[in-house]
Amino acid sequence: MIPDYLIIQALREPDALVSLSLPDWDLLIRQARRANLLARICILLDERGLLEQVPQKPREHLKWSRVISEKHVQAVHWEVTQIRQALAKAGVPVVLLKGAAYVMAKLPPAKGRLFSDIDIIVPKASLNAVEATLMLHGWAATHHDAYDQRYYRTWMHELPPMQHIKRMTVIDVHHAILPETAALHPDSVKLRTAAQLIEGYDDLKVFAPADMVLHSAVHLFHNDQLDQGLRDLVDIDSLLRHFSSLPAFWPSLSVRAHELELTRPLFYALRYTVNILNTPVPSDMIKVAQSGRPNPLTLIITDQLFERALMPVHKSCSDWLTGAARQMLYIRATWLRMPRLLLARHLFHKAFISPKSE
Amino acid sequence: MNVSALTPSELKFRLKKSGIFLRTGSFITHLQTSIPGVSESVGLLYADYPLAEQADFADFHVSLTRPRNLRRWFKPQALFSFDGNTIFKPLPLDQAFPMLEWGLNWCVSNHVNHCLIVHAAVVEKGGYAVLLPAPPGSGKSTLCAALVNRGWRLLSDELALVRVGDGKLIPLPRPVSLKNESIEIIRRYEPSAIFSRKVDDTLKGTVAHMKASSDSVARASEVVQVAWVIFPKYQAGSTACLETLPQAHAFMRVADNSFNYSLLGLNGFRTMARLIDGSLCYDFTYSKLDDAIEIFGALTPQASSK
Repeated sequence: MIPDYLIIQALREPDALVSLSLPDWDLLIRQARRANLLARICILLDERGLLEQVPQKPREHLKWSRVISEKHVQAVHWEVTQIRQALAKAGVPVVLLKGAAYVMAKLPPAKGRLFSDIDIIVPKASLNAVEATLMLHGWAATHHDAYDQRYYRTWMHELPPMQHIKRMTVIDVHHAILPETAALHPDSVKLRTAAQLIEGYDDLKVFAPADMVLHSAVHLFHNDQLDQGLRDLVDIDSLLRHFSSLPAFWPSLSVRAHELELTRPLFYALRYTVNILNTPVPSDMIKVAQSGRPNPLTLIITDQLFERALMPVHKSCSDWLTGAARQMLYIRATWLRMPRLLLARHLFHKAFISPKSE
Repeated sequence: MNVSALTPSELKFRLKKSGIFLRTGSFITHLQTSIPGVSESVGLLYADYPLAEQADFADFHVSLTRPRNLRRWFKPQALFSFDGNTIFKPLPLDQAFPMLEWGLNWCVSNHVNHCLIVHAAVVEKGGYAVLLPAPPGSGKSTLCAALVNRGWRLLSDELALVRVGDGKLIPLPRPVSLKNESIEIIRRYEPSAIFSRKVDDTLKGTVAHMKASSDSVARASEVVQVAWVIFPKYQAGSTACLETLPQAHAFMRVADNSFNYSLLGLNGFRTMARLIDGSLCYDFTYSKLDDAIEIFGALTPQASSK
């Protein structure tokens, strides 16, 4: 059962928001703010010409958050310019991922979105060169603990996050979309080869439409932190609605899911966008996606977990199982990330050996 | 209905159960707490503030609680939550009321974006406002407290809200925060001023809050034109001196003291430019409050803002 929270109603049917009562607005704003979707709601209403029909108080909150998201989008442009300038000298082709990709390629999920870092993917062989170049341009490593360094460099799919010493912005440099130690190995070379230049740039690429959706799906359904889960689901919903106008999109989505071993994340992405956000997905696609369906028992359990954990971390969107669902999905994500023995070793190290941060 | 309409025990009960919907300036805060010290200070300093008639919308939902762990008995603490999320690290229980004040400032400075928010005190007389931006330690609040006890209306002690669009100052009169020696100085300066209990050993030293006058609270919806931007600086033994400040300098220094200047982008620049253009800008050094009152009393707005 998908819960009937206001935030879900709002995302499904923004037009109905104009008849919301003030107490409902009060609650919706709190849920949306917690889910980082307040500015998104503002944009949805504005695009429909309904923003001015919202009562004054809640409208103010919507507009306040839009100011923040506009600033974020501007900051992403500036940061990408800085990254391009830095990496131009290294001669490494840069592919932008997730939020930065949506902004630079002017895709609809960028509207009203908030950003915490910039993600890029580069060839594994270029990692050292990219890291050195970024360091020369003011980005510094953030995880200084020897174990963390090893964790990232030996087992993960990215360098330890790097932070710019002046602007305090963070860049994640990836060489793959899943850790080296994960059971699934989506081929990074295939992903980068299919990447497309962004209009107006000759040095900046984003993943091809199907790959972008698949990456979004992997990111969400393999993530150990789901506090941004609903926002990530909204990203996927928005990409699907946008790309569905491309004639080759749906067929290529299933082809690429097989090629990249990502049929399971795609199944979940379609299942939960359709169930939670009423995303229009062609019935043929739903049928094809069944190849990624887990066994019935697993599915019953994952439904229970995701339908709770994808909701905003707000007391009005929780039941007695929500906390447990989040914890179990954390364990699941770590499980998918590493083989069992390595996982045991990692958790042991984190629990007993790593210095504790306050 | 104002907070003063509730008896102390009614207030305590409401704060503990459903919370109160407190109107400060143009914002409504839903406040819940079961900490008795907070309820007493709210009753004292917010007596003249209206309670929202219909509790159907609040800008901010905040609560002050005691963490549910061993610290309940051993060196008890207070926790400020914004809609269920703890924003700051817990503080000793004794600091719960100052923490509420800091928390309410955080609510405004982190969300409100239809105004340029400047870390400044604002007082008004004769329809014109003085903006007193200053980094901590410059004696801004002391001067502000003295002025509001000598006929100036309090618009704000910490957060000046300059409306994007028309540059008008939106009042947010809340208790004036005084630190260390300033507390006794103002007590002596105006014995009738009402203070919350002094709290020692906070991050900012000893703090106490002074009640805003009921007149400034009652007139919280009257927006005002800013006519002067004055950077106060307390300097022991100095003679009071008002020194003209070039507008470009004033612009940059107000921007340094702003919470959301860069967030607002072009609107931030335009609002700041309008504010500085419409104001006479000064550096002000002083050591005696009476001198300051006299000099401020003699201020006349520039012809264009009349």
